[in-house]
Amino acid sequence: MSPFEYAPAPESRSVVDIASSYGLFIDGEFVDPADGTMFKTVNPATEEVLADVAEAGETDIDRAVRAARRAQETVWGPMPGSERAKYLFRIARLLAERSREFAVLETLDNGKPIRESRDVDVPTAAAHFFYYAGWADKLDHAGFGVAPRPHGVAAQVIPWNFPLLMLAWKIAPALATGNTVVLKPAETTPLSALLFADLLRQAELPPGVVNIVTGARETGAMLVAHPGIDKIAFTGSTAVGKRIAREIAGTRKTVTLELGGKAANILFDDAPIDQAVEGIVNGIYFNQGQVCCAGSRLLVQESVADEVVDRLKERLATLRVGDPMDKNTDVGAINSAAQLERITRLAEAGTAEGATRWSPACDLPEQGYWFPPTVFTDVSAAHTIAREEIFGPVLSVLTFRTPDEAVAKANNTPYGLSAGVWTEKGSRILWMADRLKAGVVWANTFNRFDPTSPFGGYKESGHGREGGRHGLAPYLVDGSTD
Amino acid sequence: MSTTATAPSHGRAPDGPAADAQAPDGHAPEVGARQGHAPERSASEIADLARRVVGTSSLDEASLRRYLHGLPGVDQVGAEGRAGMLATRSIKTTSKAWALDLIIRMIDLTTLEGADTPGKVRGLCAKAVQPEPGDPTCPRVAAVCVYNDLVPVAVDALGDSGVHVAAVATAFPSGRASRHVRLTDTREAVQAGAHEIDMVIDRGAFLSGRYERVFEDVVAVREVCRENGATAHLKVILETGELATYDNVRRASWLAMLAGADFIKTSTGKISPAATLPVTNLMLEAVRDFRRETGVQVGVKPAGGIRTSKDAIKHLVAVKETAGEDWLDPDWYRFGASSLLNDVLQQRQKLRTGWYSGPDYVTVD
Repeated sequence: MSPFEYAPAPESRSVVDIASSYGLFIDGEFVDPADGTMFKTVNPATEEVLADVAEAGETDIDRAVRAARRAQETVWGPMPGSERAKYLFRIARLLAERSREFAVLETLDNGKPIRESRDVDVPTAAAHFFYYAGWADKLDHAGFGVAPRPHGVAAQVIPWNFPLLMLAWKIAPALATGNTVVLKPAETTPLSALLFADLLRQAELPPGVVNIVTGARETGAMLVAHPGIDKIAFTGSTAVGKRIAREIAGTRKTVTLELGGKAANILFDDAPIDQAVEGIVNGIYFNQGQVCCAGSRLLVQESVADEVVDRLKERLATLRVGDPMDKNTDVGAINSAAQLERITRLAEAGTAEGATRWSPACDLPEQGYWFPPTVFTDVSAAHTIAREEIFGPVLSVLTFRTPDEAVAKANNTPYGLSAGVWTEKGSRILWMADRLKAGVVWANTFNRFDPTSPFGGYKESGHGREGGRHGLAPYLVDGSTD
Repeated sequence: MSTTATAPSHGRAPDGPAADAQAPDGHAPEVGARQGHAPERSASEIADLARRVVGTSSLDEASLRRYLHGLPGVDQVGAEGRAGMLATRSIKTTSKAWALDLIIRMIDLTTLEGADTPGKVRGLCAKAVQPEPGDPTCPRVAAVCVYNDLVPVAVDALGDSGVHVAAVATAFPSGRASRHVRLTDTREAVQAGAHEIDMVIDRGAFLSGRYERVFEDVVAVREVCRENGATAHLKVILETGELATYDNVRRASWLAMLAGADFIKTSTGKISPAATLPVTNLMLEAVRDFRRETGVQVGVKPAGGIRTSKDAIKHLVAVKETAGEDWLDPDWYRFGASSLLNDVLQQRQKLRTGWYSGPDYVTVD
């Protein structure tokens, strides 16, 4: 028994009102689905049903796309950029004002620790709206020709790992550039998007500019296939991304894809060790490892491998796993039973193929979907856990001897989303960044997100960039190419 | 034990971090066994240990520089980020009550003013022994910390209360005096009955790279602390605000520990910034790593700038999560503070009664 156990410090859920059921947000109104189909969304930490949510079908999607088209052609497209900016600034401010409400709801629906939704997801989402609000009246000077134009109606399909933040990454640049939006949140995490719809009404955004259609994979497929869509933005699995790319081949639709990853976090022997250990933890246990750019492969220089693994294990023993609503929780619940099953299966493959598995002692709650922070050592490049994206709190530790070998091993994956380099030597950081095939290379940090910085993949991690000036490009038709 | 005298060892035992479990040369680790202060070590044992860690047959300028500059670097952004994360911990109800009492027991109640008088010091001593008149459950502080010339007053006032007398010495706060003067300053405090000596390092020597000189200063002061059967414990003040970089703080921490410090202390309280959370957390990493490598546990004392219970609780969180629970004890962690105590007392009253009583309900000393 520790003398300094932290007493429970639960965040209050009374700041947010969850309705018993939610309709679809189309043309500025919450409406019932045409065929009346509903599905349930649960709190993954307790398996408690939070609400019934409408499942959008063909008719609903058609309504939403038509509303978006009308709003784009009559209101949002013709509106001067400086006016669009005012709406975006208003949305950003309201998000900041209602941040506790959004943080609590996000944690309830997703299972992530309140510390993360409070300190990362919600403030970063607000920051994206602030950032893109600033671009709305400067598009003529942003390097996309003299008078770049919006595509029209954007279909946006987002994942469950950062529901509100991915919504912000998608909606903010689309609106800044004069597009209108039909957004489909993930099946397991629709609630923060529906609260966001309420915020849009509060902001008096013109009806139809943003439409939110909830549902499962079929809803997303119907939305993407709708002939009224001009532009698709998808974040999710590589398999679905490939299917979208195939389906829209030969149509007028353009697409940006932000897909999977199997990032290398590369640690040299001259790294700032204490901060590097924090970076490893932040790289793979942040959001329970359910992060496309997670540092799931630790490549550590062999000369310090044992020491780093020992220090890492010591650090993991201090991680606090459990109730996501407790302000002191570091690692929360896995988002769904299906995801837990996938993580469990891949981890078992790791053991079966001969890697050594380790987790700190931690009592997992009985109810809900839980997986302990896990480290695999004795991992070789051929192991399944070193190649497949697990999307869970599972780290594979591999070693290297020289910088060239580190680059070769880091790039030896079909993915190319992110990488981390830990060394005190500045020249080596630049040398590595030149050679790593990854859209983001973090130096002496990991999983840092900023609206000013473009994010996106190489190879099978997708194409197109979100964030920064680069993030405007996918939503604009270059004015100089007409 | 074979060690290489040329390659920087990055602060690790040549056999790796877990090697001390095998105790390659008889320095058995005491990990996990909390036993108050470490067993008394002789000057030659300390020197032997330092030579082993540094990997040299003779401790000199070159070997110390090679060793200290081979310690892993500190990334400023990451170090401050980690401290910021620790500061978000929410300590409530029972754990807060436990923490407040521990904080009181860890306080070195301090007065270090030119205007200090025997009357002022006697008042402070009374407060140290009985911080909360009328509440026998309120613990005593760890020590009263005064200038050298007021040690007899404090010794007399505290008697056998169990509260220690700590004296700042070695030409505190600047340390700008000859070694003879600094040692005499220390000797007078020890002879007057100080249980603990808070010395300052020569920051000028450190910043100009004369590590051997700083090392020898600490060794010499430690000798004086142990003269004629005295057993004064030695806290070594790094004055981190003048060392400026985190890399320097890490090097100075190791230098002081190698030279035999019982405690490493952030600041004199006369320079700003003083005991910031990132600096303290870095020193907690240093004592953790030092014990891992040598088996010797060293205490940490942040001083200066910790004025509220909230700040002090953040420190306890850092102690628990970085160094470990073995350091959650007044033998291994102290707060150098003057105004902190009254804030803790008010928080303590709030927990007991449910309302804030206000500053008129704690004593002014």
